[in-house]
Amino acid sequence: MIRPSLILEKRPSPSRFWATTTPVLAVIATMIAGGIMFWALGKDPIESIRTIFWDPLFHETFGPYSRPQLLVKAAPLILIAIGLSLGFRAGVWNIGAEGQYIMGAICGAAVGLAFYPTENILIFPAMILAGAFGGWAWAMIPGLLKTRFGTNEILVSLMLVYVAEAALASVSQGLLQNPDGMGFPGSRNFRDFPAAYNTELITGTGMHWGVVFAFIAVIFAYVLLTRHMLGFHVRLTGQAPRAARFAGVNPTRLVLFCLGISGALAGMAGMFEVSGPAGQVTIDFNSGYGFTAIIVAFLGRLHPIGILLAGLLMALTYIGGELAQLMLGLPAAAIQMFQGMLMFFLLAMDMLTNYRIRFTLKNA
Amino acid sequence: MRALKSLLTGVALVAGLAGAAQADDKTKVGFIFVGPVGDGGWTYEHNQGRLAVEEAFGDKVETIYQESVPEGADAERAITQMALAGADLIFTTSFGYMDATLAVAEKFPAVKFEHATGYKTSDNVSNYSARFYEGRAVQGHIAGKMTKTNTVGYIASFPIPEVIRGINAAYIHAKKVNPDVQFKIIWAYTWFDPTKEADAAKALIEQGADVILQHTDSTAPQAAAKEAGNVITFGQASDMAEYGPSPRVSSIIDNWGPYYVARTQAVMDGSWASVSTWDGIGAGMVGIGEISDAVPADVKAEAEALRDSLSDGSYHAFTGPLNKQDGSVWLAEGETADDGTLAGMNFYVEGIEAEIPSN
Repeated sequence: MIRPSLILEKRPSPSRFWATTTPVLAVIATMIAGGIMFWALGKDPIESIRTIFWDPLFHETFGPYSRPQLLVKAAPLILIAIGLSLGFRAGVWNIGAEGQYIMGAICGAAVGLAFYPTENILIFPAMILAGAFGGWAWAMIPGLLKTRFGTNEILVSLMLVYVAEAALASVSQGLLQNPDGMGFPGSRNFRDFPAAYNTELITGTGMHWGVVFAFIAVIFAYVLLTRHMLGFHVRLTGQAPRAARFAGVNPTRLVLFCLGISGALAGMAGMFEVSGPAGQVTIDFNSGYGFTAIIVAFLGRLHPIGILLAGLLMALTYIGGELAQLMLGLPAAAIQMFQGMLMFFLLAMDMLTNYRIRFTLKNA
Repeated sequence: MRALKSLLTGVALVAGLAGAAQADDKTKVGFIFVGPVGDGGWTYEHNQGRLAVEEAFGDKVETIYQESVPEGADAERAITQMALAGADLIFTTSFGYMDATLAVAEKFPAVKFEHATGYKTSDNVSNYSARFYEGRAVQGHIAGKMTKTNTVGYIASFPIPEVIRGINAAYIHAKKVNPDVQFKIIWAYTWFDPTKEADAAKALIEQGADVILQHTDSTAPQAAAKEAGNVITFGQASDMAEYGPSPRVSSIIDNWGPYYVARTQAVMDGSWASVSTWDGIGAGMVGIGEISDAVPADVKAEAEALRDSLSDGSYHAFTGPLNKQDGSVWLAEGETADDGTLAGMNFYVEGIEAEIPSN
């Protein structure tokens, strides 16, 4: 008797074709599964999907506002994810970008607010440096603990997120509190402080300095990984740690570099966010960008261009999800489910990159 | 050039007409919520207010809402999108939306905005809040009468005037009926975090508190009290009746419905104007949940009498003689506190043995 069977066969090397195709397939699968979920909730599935993926870009009322907002929402995700991807490639797992993001925001804002209400062109650059420093310094804690004492950077960086949140709560009702705020927690609003405000550079485009830096980071990472020795070391360490050591890679320096660069970029993202779109330091200023960026990094295959696209896609589902709540009355939890589906399908379809599916007819 | 200009005018005209034709006579009312509508506390009650608007006006209104909107950078976008969606009136129901609401209001002068629990207004932004401290006075009275250990625990959220006012109001009325009463205060630094709230409640109970007051929104303290036994609590924001008749013996209920209905009516009439509203038990914005049988009948009757006197205005929750914590005179005999002092309250009254976390 002949019986058909399905076999998974490991590929000798990951398939390039599938590596680029699976993200698209995952999006399509999400649309189908999500559509079924929306249908089960009593909504028109086609309309729901269109609202999420199409309306933020092309709706006649929302489009002109949402298109620039995509950049605003995506910029911090891309900036953080680029930094993380370098570490992830080298097997350095910085899970605490959220904490570095907060510390960057606090340091950047503190420098700006210290000069209030001085108008000087140097204030904003100083804030960028302070933001980068804050994130870098916060990432150096797990970095030094790992290289000196061999602690696990995943745990240390993650735990430091909670410490950073406590610091944020403390400064919003202490050190950085608005003296004119009637005792309410929160700093002055940067909107009222032009020298320190991360303003829209070209009206109606959403382009602020954070977006500019996100693009620069993409290019920088691309060049680093493809053209520079350090980028080669990063990739080599991730793929073959022993070979890397023989090739003369200093693991301590590489760990510190990876954590440092991801911390600095996360810190800068926090600073751009607090001085622009958020406008002020508040107790709950952070909204999970540091964690979402981990997803963006993997969604983008740890590749700079991929991360750029993944960040924009993520922003699209956020803004589209908001519109779907607004226009169709979908619950927020359904939108989160939808985003979860996207992650699930993406990871599930990763299998196609590493395995080949074979149909065979066997004699049984 | 001229032809182009007239063509553009024509296009603009048509677009304008189309816009006018699209705008039906339904009034669109939008709500921005900080939590999920099913949180059982703060957002739940605001959503009840939204449903009250739908009930009152039927098909003359359309309500839209967005839930779980973070108070950071996302708030401004959410509010803008709501204005773009054609909302005529938008309620932003958390303190953290204040600056974002004002920023969006500036860009949409024709849309009316209402911000909850803040202190800023503009031509098209009103603010509104409730005199929850009146409810605290009633709680304080019951707490003072009911405590056997003379120790009342208080789970505070953030050291802001709103919360400090509540502590003072509760303490004054507990002390009035029980001169030996002591308040123990824990700052949870959150509005909603069941884990932290449960820890705070347990710590207070360990320190001898047999009455727990809370200024946080979850039912975790109720659960902790139930587990400990012989501890009473009060529902916060929502009735939390599922924990009655004990530990939950009464509650403060936020009742936003009447205000939301009135403001929607004002937009429909064209009579909407920017105001600051601060209503209490009298106007129905603050409700006192049913006092359960766990409270003796005479205490219940006194508490209800206190509630009624606050409601009809014959009594003010802050009536002198009252001293500040440092012993200096705040209100002379018979004097009542003015709203300005209450709005910015940053001191404890005399007798509270604690310090406000320093700024």
